[in-house]
Amino acid sequence: MRLDQLPLKCPAKVAAVAWDDLAETAARRLRELGLDEGVTVEALHVAPFGKDPIACRVGRMTVALRRAQAHCITVEMAA
Amino acid sequence: MNPAPMVALVGNPNAGKSALFNALTGARQKVGNYPGVTVERKAGRMSLPDGRPIELIDLPGTYSLEPASPDEQVTRDVLFGKQDGERLPQAILCVVDATNLDNHLRFTLQLIALGLPVVVALNMVDMAERDGLKIDAAKLSKELGVPVIPTVAVRKRGVDDLKAAMDVLVGDGSARKIAAGPGFHHEDLVVLQRRARAIALAATTEEHGARKVSHRIDSIALHPIAGPILLFGLMFVVFQAVFAWAQPPMDAITAGFDWLGHWVETNFPNGFVRNLLAEGVIKGTGAVVTFLPQILILFFFILLLEATGYMVRAAFIMDRLMARVGLSGRAFIPLLSSFACAVPGIMATRTIDDPKDRLTTILIAPLTTCSARLPVYSMIITACIPDRQLAPYVGLRGVVFFGLFVFGIVSALLAALILRRTVTKGPSQGFMMEMPKYQMPSVRDVGLGLWTRALIFLKRAGTIILASNVILWVLASYPVAPAGRLQTEYSIAGRIASAIEVVVKPIGFNHHIALALPPAMAAREVAVSALATTYAIDAGDDTDAASSAVEPKIAKDWSLPTALAFLMWFVFAPQCLSTIAVTRRETNGWKWPAFMVSYLFVLAYVAAGATFWIATWAGL
Repeated sequence: MRLDQLPLKCPAKVAAVAWDDLAETAARRLRELGLDEGVTVEALHVAPFGKDPIACRVGRMTVALRRAQAHCITVEMAA
Repeated sequence: MNPAPMVALVGNPNAGKSALFNALTGARQKVGNYPGVTVERKAGRMSLPDGRPIELIDLPGTYSLEPASPDEQVTRDVLFGKQDGERLPQAILCVVDATNLDNHLRFTLQLIALGLPVVVALNMVDMAERDGLKIDAAKLSKELGVPVIPTVAVRKRGVDDLKAAMDVLVGDGSARKIAAGPGFHHEDLVVLQRRARAIALAATTEEHGARKVSHRIDSIALHPIAGPILLFGLMFVVFQAVFAWAQPPMDAITAGFDWLGHWVETNFPNGFVRNLLAEGVIKGTGAVVTFLPQILILFFFILLLEATGYMVRAAFIMDRLMARVGLSGRAFIPLLSSFACAVPGIMATRTIDDPKDRLTTILIAPLTTCSARLPVYSMIITACIPDRQLAPYVGLRGVVFFGLFVFGIVSALLAALILRRTVTKGPSQGFMMEMPKYQMPSVRDVGLGLWTRALIFLKRAGTIILASNVILWVLASYPVAPAGRLQTEYSIAGRIASAIEVVVKPIGFNHHIALALPPAMAAREVAVSALATTYAIDAGDDTDAASSAVEPKIAKDWSLPTALAFLMWFVFAPQCLSTIAVTRRETNGWKWPAFMVSYLFVLAYVAAGATFWIATWAGL
C-alpha cells in the first residue's frame, strides 16, 4: 500500500521509498525530516480543499506533503 | 582590544532557537544583513556568569549542513568560517527539541563532527514531559560526548546552567581551527539518522501514552469545514483590527504632529527655517508616522500566528488553492507577510526551496496590498468617496477599501498563473513542510519582534522619507513664483511635474499627482506627505488653509474618475525603492527587478487609464 492510500489514524511502517521518483530537493527534505525504511508513519489530516496535501506523522514529527509525493512511499499496515 | 568571543546559535527549525536567543540576550540585539545576501544577521550580547561578554549570533534554522536555501547556506558558511564579514565562531550552542530528539540529534551529530566545542540545549523539556517523555540529560551527554543542558527557553528555565556550560567551553577565548576543515566528510544522512535514533532511544528513560495537545487542536484547525472557516475568520479579525483598533492611536499621533506644527508656526520667525520645519519636515513626516499603529497591529498578528505554529497550518490549508496558480502553500506565508510590507514578504520567500516558485512569489509580492498603501487609499477614499451606508454596518468607503484589497489579491494570483506559464515555466516541486507543535507564544518574544519592526519603520520615516520630503519641499518652494503664478507650477519640482504630466494626463492625472509620483518612488506613503506638502505650499501663508487637512483640498480639486484612477495606479505601481532593492538582492542581479518594475508600471498605466475612461464614460 502507498502512503497516500493509507486510511487516517492507522499506524504503519515504511517498507520502501522510491527516492528516484521524487524530485531531488523533495527527496533530500524527506530524508532530513527523518523518513527512512522502518519508520512509523500515520496519516493524520487531509487538507480541506481537494483533499491534498496530507499531514502525516513521521516518527515523532508531523510532516505535510502532497499526495503525489506520498505516493512514492510504500507502507505496511501493522497487523 | 580583542572582540568578545563569538558563539553561534544553531538548530533545526522549530527547536525554539529564537526564544533561546531572546532569553540569553534580552533586548541587546542587533539585526543586520550579511553582505551580498539578504539573510538577516541577528547578533546579541550576553554575559557569562563571571561578567565576560559573549557575542551570540543567531544563525538561520536548518535541518542539515547541506544547504537547500540561501538561509541554510549562510549557516553552513559561518560554521566553516567562509562567510564574508563574519569571524569563525569559538563555539557552537546547539538547540534541540526534546520532543523530537531522533530527528534533531542527527544535525547535532553533524555539528559535533565539525570539531568546534559544542554545548547542547535540550529545549522544551516541559513539552516532552507533557507528551509523556523523560530524557536523561546526563546519559545523552555521555553518548554525545558534549555537555547537555535541559532548558525551557520560553520560560527562561535552564539559562543560568547554559551560561555556566558556555563559560567552560569558551575557555580563554582563542579561536580554534575546525578539525576536519573545509574537506568535511559528508556521512550519509541515513547513517547519521540511524545513529541519532539509537542515541535518542538510549537517552529516553520513560515513554508512556502521550497527550497529544497539538493533535487535538489540529483536529479542529485542519477540519475540512471548521479549518477554512477558522482561517478566514482569523484573517477577517486581523484586517478588522488593523482598521478599527488602530484608529484611536492614529488620531492621537496626528493630533500630536498638528500641535507640533502649530507650535513651530507660532514660535518661529517667518522664514526659510519655519516653513521647512512646518511644511516639509513635520507635515510630511507626520503623515507617515501616523501609520505606525496599523503596521504594528498587522505585524503583531503575523508574529503571533508564526509563534503559535498556526502559520504552517494556514499554508497547509491553502496549498491546494495556491497549486492552482502554480505556487505552493509555502508561498502563502510570504504573501500574507506582504500585506504588512513586501520587503519582509520577499525576504520570507527564502523558505521556499523551489527556485521558480520562489521567483514567482517575489514577482507577485508587490501586488498584495501592503501597509504603505493604506495611507494612500485612506486619504483618497476619505477625500473622494462619499460616506454612504449601503446596508446596515456596510459603508461605501469600507466596500471600496475591501475592493482594492481583493483586487490586489486577484491580480497577484492571475499574475502568478501567467508568469508560471511563461517566464518562470517549470515543473512544480510540490509541498513539504514540518508542522511544528502548537505553542503558547511568550509576551517577550512577540514584544521584541514588534519593537524591532517599530524601530525599522521609524528609522525609515526619519531617514529616507524625511529626506525625500525635505528635497521635495525645497524643489517645490524654489524659485519663488511671482504674483499670479502658482508655486507648484513655477518651482523646479513643478516644472519636472509638468513634463511628467504630459505622460500621465491621458490616464486622468493632474499636476499635483504628477508632482507626488516621483518622490513616492521612495515609498508609497510619501505620496500622502507629498500631496500634503504641495497643497500646503500652494496655500502659502494663509495659515488656516495650510494647517487644515489635505483631504478637503483633494475633494475640491480632483474629479471622481481621477481619484479612482489614482487608487488603481497604486494597486499596481512598484512605487517602492526598498522593494526593488530587496528584489535585486534576492535575485542576485538587475534582470528580475527590471522585469518586475516594467510589468507593474505597464499594468498600473493600463489599469489606471481604463478606470479613468470607464468612470468618465459612466458619468461618475
